[in-house]
Amino acid sequence: MSLKRYKEVIIKPLIEENPIALQILGICSALAVTNNLSVTMVMCLALTSVCAFSNLFISIIRNYIPSSIRIIVQMTIIASLVIVVDELLKAYSYETSKKLSVFVGLIITNCIVMGRAEAFAMKEKPLLSFFDGLGNGLGYSIILIAVATIRELFGSGTLFGFEILPLISNGGWYMGNNLLLLPPSSFIIIGLFIWAIRSYKPAQVEVDDFVVSKHSTAPDLTKRELNV
Amino acid sequence: MNDSVLKTIGVAFVICLVSSLVVSFTAVSLRDLQNENATNNQSKKILQAANLYNPDEDIKSQFEKLEQKFVDFSTGKIIDTYNDFDINDYDQIAATRDSNLSTKLSSTEDIAIIKNRENVGKFFIVRNEDNSINKLILPIRGYGLWGTLFGYMAVEGDFNTVAGLEFYDHKETPGLGAEVDNPKWKNLWPGKKIYKDNEVTLAVIKGKTQSDDVNADYKVDGLSGATLTARGVTNMISYWFGDSGYAKLFKELNYES
Repeated sequence: MSLKRYKEVIIKPLIEENPIALQILGICSALAVTNNLSVTMVMCLALTSVCAFSNLFISIIRNYIPSSIRIIVQMTIIASLVIVVDELLKAYSYETSKKLSVFVGLIITNCIVMGRAEAFAMKEKPLLSFFDGLGNGLGYSIILIAVATIRELFGSGTLFGFEILPLISNGGWYMGNNLLLLPPSSFIIIGLFIWAIRSYKPAQVEVDDFVVSKHSTAPDLTKRELNV
Repeated sequence: MNDSVLKTIGVAFVICLVSSLVVSFTAVSLRDLQNENATNNQSKKILQAANLYNPDEDIKSQFEKLEQKFVDFSTGKIIDTYNDFDINDYDQIAATRDSNLSTKLSSTEDIAIIKNRENVGKFFIVRNEDNSINKLILPIRGYGLWGTLFGYMAVEGDFNTVAGLEFYDHKETPGLGAEVDNPKWKNLWPGKKIYKDNEVTLAVIKGKTQSDDVNADYKVDGLSGATLTARGVTNMISYWFGDSGYAKLFKELNYES
């Protein structure tokens, strides 16, 4: 296995095959835990380590997993890793683990972890799978950290809890954008990222299912068009 | 063959065994640290309820400055010793699981749904310089939507005005009921009055209190999407500040002073 392949599995998921921006996976936690950078960082760390290690362990035993129960086996391994991460957070980062509450547990259902296990680790060698998990975790982290930076800076005027833009309510000049403190704002920000990435890499743009025709009195039934 | 029945069962068994060993090993080896975190968190909430918490100072040393007392719930009297318990180690939540140390509440009495109430509670006194009572920090608990909320309410020396409210453990829905931890909501509590004509009147209402409401002192704005949690908090206050809660203690303390 060449070094190039390792580089590829780490670099590609960052922008080109980003799990959030291209595959639109893992959106739930991207909406929920991105209003505060330090919490987001812990979440990214948790997801990246779970994704990398679940890929590693699943890949090690891939030749022994009966195909009839492969999803359950993957889930068991992922769930155990998530519990371990959750316990570690409760022991070493109590405050953050309280803020993350259920979202660490919900890594189990994060489609990125499951997707990489099923699509990559079941076929490839352990070390390569480990790096693939790492790459995808980092791809997820890049988007989350970018979203969290925008939301925390313009929503509450702080970064990592330090005041950058003094809020009017604290005697400053900046009027915090309350929309950015609410989860739906992540939808808009992630949407803008997807737009930016697709303008940069037009190959990602999907072909429309239907071509919308101009208004016509009689539909042209010879063409596959959606007449409105 | 990977897909034979025997192999499938075998693999499933081995995976489960290994996973459960890993999980239980982590849980057991980290338990001490987690318990310490939980205790520190509880001490911090006790201090925060009375607005005494100083983030620059060690929690333990701040907590040790608080005066701890036992209260006998049946008489409302403060007692200095209770069986052989060291007051620092006495856990009143654990006492509710011991039938010798707790009383089963009847369903009419049990408005906060706590099932068993400990016979003797532990609370904290903050004193003024002239030794008069500045604040009391009282443990309260009650059932919300998914489980029991455990918290502390600090009351001013008039035994009527709320000084602060903090919850250290609950299972409410993040974003809805768990907003009881939201500093904005907790800030609504200080200054509210508990008793009106000797009746517990303080309650969490639906929606916002009107500014011209004469009873605004007895009402706290509700949390949207958390009606049942808010009802739990109201019940908790009615129970703990009623006659089987701290009302008797307040009377005793009033006689004394």
